Amino acid sequence: MIPVQFGYRRASSVDEALALLAEHGDDAKLLAGGHSLLPLMKLRLAAPEVLVDIAPVEELHHVRIDGEDVVIGALARYHDLQGDEVLREHAPLLAHVAGVVGDQQVRHRGTIGGSIAHADPAADLPAAILASDAVLVARGQEGERRIPAADFFLGPFTTSLTPEELLTEIRVPRQTGLGWGFEKFTRRAIDWAIVGVAVSGKRVGLINMGGTPVRASAAEEALARGASVAEAAELAAEGTSPPDEPHATTEYRRHLARVLTARALETSAGSR
Amino acid sequence: MKVTIEVNGGPVSAEVEDRTLLVHYIRETAGLTATNVGCDTTSCGACTVLLDGESVKSCTVLAAQADGHAVTTVEGLTGQDGELHPVQRAFREQHGLQCGFCTPGMIMATVSLLEHNPKPTRAEVREGLEGNLCRCTGYHNIVSAVVDASGQEVAR
Amino acid sequence: MSISGTRVLRVEDHQLITTGGTYVEDLREDALTGAVHAMFLRSPIAHARITSVDVSEALTAPGVVAVYTAADIDLAAGSAGPVGQPWLADGVVRYVGEPVALVLAEHPYQLADAAELIDIDYEPLTAVASIDAALAGETLLFPDTGSNVMQARGEFDETAFDGCEVVLTRTIVNQRVAPAPLEVRGAACAWDANGRLTIWLSTQNAQIARTIVAGGLGVGEDSVRVVTPDVGGGFGAKIGADPEAVVLGWAARRVERPVRWTETRSENLTSMTHGRAQQNTVTIGGRRDGTVQAFRLDVVQDAGAYPRAMFLPTLTELMASGVYHFPKVEAASRAVVTNTTPIAPYRGAGRPEATAAIERAMDLFAAEIGMDPAEVRRVNFVRPEEFPYETPTGAVYDTGEYAGALERVLEAGGYQELRAEQARRREGGDPVALGLGIATYVEITGGDAGGESGRVDINPDGSVTAYTGSSPHGQGLDTSLAMLLSDRLGIPMDRITVRHGDTDEVPKGIGTFGSRSLQLGGSAVRQAADQVIDRARELVADLLEAAPQDLELNVEHGAWQVRGAPSSGSVTWAQLAGQAGAGTLSADVWFGDGAPTFPFGAHLAVVEVDTLTGKVELRRLIAADDAGPVVNPLAFRGQRHGGLGQGAAQALLEVMSYDPDGNPTTATLADYSFVTATELPDFELVDMETPTTRNLLGVKGIGEAATIGSTPAVHNAVVDAVAHLGVSHLDMPTTPLRVWQALAEARKAN
Repeated sequence: MIPVQFGYRRASSVDEALALLAEHGDDAKLLAGGHSLLPLMKLRLAAPEVLVDIAPVEELHHVRIDGEDVVIGALARYHDLQGDEVLREHAPLLAHVAGVVGDQQVRHRGTIGGSIAHADPAADLPAAILASDAVLVARGQEGERRIPAADFFLGPFTTSLTPEELLTEIRVPRQTGLGWGFEKFTRRAIDWAIVGVAVSGKRVGLINMGGTPVRASAAEEALARGASVAEAAELAAEGTSPPDEPHATTEYRRHLARVLTARALETSAGSR
Repeated sequence: MKVTIEVNGGPVSAEVEDRTLLVHYIRETAGLTATNVGCDTTSCGACTVLLDGESVKSCTVLAAQADGHAVTTVEGLTGQDGELHPVQRAFREQHGLQCGFCTPGMIMATVSLLEHNPKPTRAEVREGLEGNLCRCTGYHNIVSAVVDASGQEVAR
Repeated sequence: MSISGTRVLRVEDHQLITTGGTYVEDLREDALTGAVHAMFLRSPIAHARITSVDVSEALTAPGVVAVYTAADIDLAAGSAGPVGQPWLADGVVRYVGEPVALVLAEHPYQLADAAELIDIDYEPLTAVASIDAALAGETLLFPDTGSNVMQARGEFDETAFDGCEVVLTRTIVNQRVAPAPLEVRGAACAWDANGRLTIWLSTQNAQIARTIVAGGLGVGEDSVRVVTPDVGGGFGAKIGADPEAVVLGWAARRVERPVRWTETRSENLTSMTHGRAQQNTVTIGGRRDGTVQAFRLDVVQDAGAYPRAMFLPTLTELMASGVYHFPKVEAASRAVVTNTTPIAPYRGAGRPEATAAIERAMDLFAAEIGMDPAEVRRVNFVRPEEFPYETPTGAVYDTGEYAGALERVLEAGGYQELRAEQARRREGGDPVALGLGIATYVEITGGDAGGESGRVDINPDGSVTAYTGSSPHGQGLDTSLAMLLSDRLGIPMDRITVRHGDTDEVPKGIGTFGSRSLQLGGSAVRQAADQVIDRARELVADLLEAAPQDLELNVEHGAWQVRGAPSSGSVTWAQLAGQAGAGTLSADVWFGDGAPTFPFGAHLAVVEVDTLTGKVELRRLIAADDAGPVVNPLAFRGQRHGGLGQGAAQALLEVMSYDPDGNPTTATLADYSFVTATELPDFELVDMETPTTRNLLGVKGIGEAATIGSTPAVHNAVVDAVAHLGVSHLDMPTTPLRVWQALAEARKAN
């Protein structure tokens, strides 16, 4: 299938991208790696009139330390992140998750910012970002604002970014030395998670357990109270509203969340 | 828009619709038909080529995104003298292909896989090729071909 | 020294790995210059009346050359009569994916743009989306026929199970799957100035496609040439020609331009025929010593919206009792229509369904009497001295050594050790359960018994051109035939060219399906080679002034000489062919006495099941597949690997699903669980060769065999893994959700 016709514009700086967004408004979509957007466009489930290609924006590909934070440029590709030494040391969960997204070819194109801004509740990185207590940096015509990950995801494919804003950076408090664990339950390795669990320290992020990535708050609180892994994991599905689908019922997803949380917490405990 | 891509070492330029997919640019504009389209959901990997040396699914890259970059297809692997690339040789030697439709993409994914992991185990090969579908071989001999191409012994 | 039996790299490969194959979409023939591109607009609704069609806006879209609907098609209806699929949907649509309109445009990118502008109003009708709904008969797909049951055969004897100590009945779903060859369907066609159509088609048999296309277009067969370029897999779903091919030929005539068509994958998943789709009720009865006394198979075939392969349930009936000698076997079948994609052959075509049913039944019986499933099979096998063995359902098995196959895989797999490991895990309460699954099978190859063509020409330069009616598309038959000819003629393989798939070059042929090609196509070229040798012997006799019976062909040197007196002179093929003149050393045969053969084997699958999540991992698959003497072990093993992967995929992953309204829910490759490398293990192959007497080569087919054995082996392994937790059966595919739910139900029941 072929996308509906659109106009292709290329931005080589954040300012240029913002100017193009301002010019085209709601009709425009940002194109980073394109591995979320182009498949939808090819199936004609999305039909923006203008694509603003931000891949050439060189200022957004970095991974660096800034004080207590690891700062990741929104255009860093999964493939770059999975092997990045800084990330592996200071945010090992994110490095690991970047290495299990999609397949080799997807990881050569897909970007962390693209995945987060796309906000698919079944995607891996948004939940990992949540479990990492990250802050997302957005730039608009009025300047920059910082959005805690917990406030960023509003619903399926919906974020608090305005159409004129660009996600520029992901700031992750250094997780150096913290335990971490990640469980992704799929039928085939290549599939999107039926349910996934990302653990960093005592934070637990859940994939596909609602319209947005969510934290397993009840489990986290139990851990904070000193509960055992088993006790905390039992609470992993509290307060979630996972989708009901023929291949994965709500009840099954709740069960998986508990089993996988226990496993991720155990991995985390063993990784310190 | 005008797009110029270095395909297998030579520049190819054309005026194309903005929505032109890289795979169609390769097949129609560059006239290289080894690269196949097997799906419309970025699932099958038949269209895999190297973009600046790294494997990508060319059905999910716009020609415009590849403007100014370099693409390698399976046609570009064979040496000037017709000498097969080690991965091509290994696919034949290990019977890693049957109908041949997935093969160009499978070979290009393998080239990229070995670039990142020069001596993969059989399990690592399976994971590394998770984005390439084959209906004929059951993958066994494809895994053997990749192991062979990496210079490791293949148990028979 | 004979090449046959040695591992020979394929002559097909060089192009495929360097410049890629030439599939339909790759063709750049002059005849296709200026072609328009085609796309079929397909029904988005499973069952509806078409109340209005408006193509006017689409006709004004950029690049559009024509838009056609049923009202435009002036062809006679297809051969299938009142329940046949119309060329384009006419008044009623009966499945999602049924072609409704044809769009022609200058550039392929313009097709979808234009198709969106076609305005069709549908008045929904109740969808018949399952076998049960079809049998209920509240809604009929073809009201004039009075029933959704299109074929019903056989009846049962109420006393069949009298005297049995144990009788079990179970309904087993053999789910609908998508053949999904990596190359989707495609065609290109052009009429020449003399009113003759050439159609390049991705098909498994050019000659049958020619009959279908010519018949559909209402022209003589001599007015149609079918050419198969490289074909990217078929698996049964590319047998013949689909209605689209006829419509494309019609459209090319109408617009007086060549037409090219390639479907999309999402189209392919709903519009190419599907396979399997049976619901089978088995009843098995016998004694507690393991002897099965009676077996009954009641088949319900979901034929999809338009019945096109009614022999499928018939084949399932024929093979009902598998590898076993049961005193009483009865089988019956019904085929029903539903508002789903039509069903046609898929790798195995009727035999895998029979094997799956009997092999699950044997495990159910074994579990009921508390006997090891291997032992129950041993008790009931047809024994080697019973061949040829005629089954109660009328199959006459040629040769077999069923117990031998089973013992070999059990030995190779370490069955006893695996059972001990399983017991340890069960005792220790290991949440990762181990399961062992056995399947023993027999199947039919060349079951159509239609014969095959073969022609061998010795060219004036001493090279060979062979023509076959077989139509290989990945099987490596070019190589295998060249090997056979090289051995027979003493001419090196690189001097032998094998040609197929162009009806002008090979006017007669049946093609490649049903694992028929080596046994029939191979026998045909072998027979042709023998005739060429006979002809050559006469010619050499004249040249060397010797009696024909004193001459021998020295296959080491590819030269004729007088037996026992090589010094008296020799004649090479090149010398002979050069003197004889073109066409003299040529034989064109029809190998028509090829009765079906019955390959067999045994598979052992080892799975692990995570009982906390229900996830199944296939750890090992050990297979003995016996198809007689092996010509090229490389291709032979490759066919088995492919079959194992596809068969295991059905047990574990693949299903083409519909919601209750008949909407497909697995209509893209993102949703359809096509098996990948990560879900499969390395395969362990055990070799055995039991020849048949039914063809010149002693060979049986291998294209489908491993698919047939592996599905029930893996399926049985999954059930076996959780049997100790109270699960006695699971339908395929054994998805995590299904396993987890079965475990939960079993816990509740306890």
